[in-house]
Amino acid sequence: MIDIHNFTPATVYTIYIASTPDKIWQALTSAEFSRQYFSGFAVEADLKVGGAFIVRAPDGSRHIDGEVIACDPPRKLTVTWNVNWPGLVEKLGPTLVTYEIEPAGDAVRLTMIEAHDRALSEDILEGGRQGWPAILSSLKSLLETGHPLAMKMAPPQRMLAALKAMGIKTP
Amino acid sequence: MSKPEFVYVTYIETTAEKLWTALTDGDFTARYWFGVRLRSDWKVGSIFEMVQGDGKVSDAGKVVEYDPPRRLAYTFVNLSEEYRDDLPALATFELEPHGNLVKLTLTHAGFAEGGKMLPAISQGWPAILSSLKSMLETGQPLEIPRAALKLEG
Repeated sequence: MIDIHNFTPATVYTIYIASTPDKIWQALTSAEFSRQYFSGFAVEADLKVGGAFIVRAPDGSRHIDGEVIACDPPRKLTVTWNVNWPGLVEKLGPTLVTYEIEPAGDAVRLTMIEAHDRALSEDILEGGRQGWPAILSSLKSLLETGHPLAMKMAPPQRMLAALKAMGIKTP
Repeated sequence: MSKPEFVYVTYIETTAEKLWTALTDGDFTARYWFGVRLRSDWKVGSIFEMVQGDGKVSDAGKVVEYDPPRRLAYTFVNLSEEYRDDLPALATFELEPHGNLVKLTLTHAGFAEGGKMLPAISQGWPAILSSLKSMLETGQPLEIPRAALKLEG
């Protein structure tokens, strides 16, 4: 188990959703929902501390391989969010993602905190800064309107170039 | 680690023209922005004001860019005593169509060192822009009381 005290937030994204904490928890932790708002990616979470946290790409491969670090449904989930590209975790260290879910009036505030145990360049951080707003905007639309956003994302070019320069193989 | 600026991106299923109206029409802003009506003639250099539900002007600044439906920028600072050490910081909105969506990027920068505006707007914008997205996609804004906002860490 990693020591979360060594991690510092690098990217925080907050969004308010007309829904319930239970539905947002379900949307964040189930493949059925995540495939709809997360470009076909399937979240498979064994929701207990130490359980596996996997995000499967549409081709079935394990894109994210992580572990559940803290689990307090429907309020807080912390997982390691490690992209399965060869050499990435060795060079960048693990990525810690925390979701906080709190009622706010008739809406619910969802806060995503991406934290790292070392300083990373703005280029590397661009990946999450580009991805999270798209994913969570689509999750909000799905819960509020019943359908996700028709999203076609451009790849995070700065991040991919920075990874390549560090000798990390990207798809 | 933290830079003295705030950036927020959201994707909204709407058109750039509708989003532009939602950002600049005071009757529209009053519905999703904690009752705040934006007031300006939107000429570059003109006064920009936030008018609260009770008619009081809480924040004021100037229009810096007005290029519909692509780029909007204005400065503002809260006029109350609590923010006397703050300066008018620049909020810039960029609207980029992506298929049937619009990517909205807000960059708010140029804050006075040690001021109170940056922490305040950092909790305000996610609520305002989430409510704006709901309004455009579902016809209903979010009901978020100001008291439900919180300062980060």
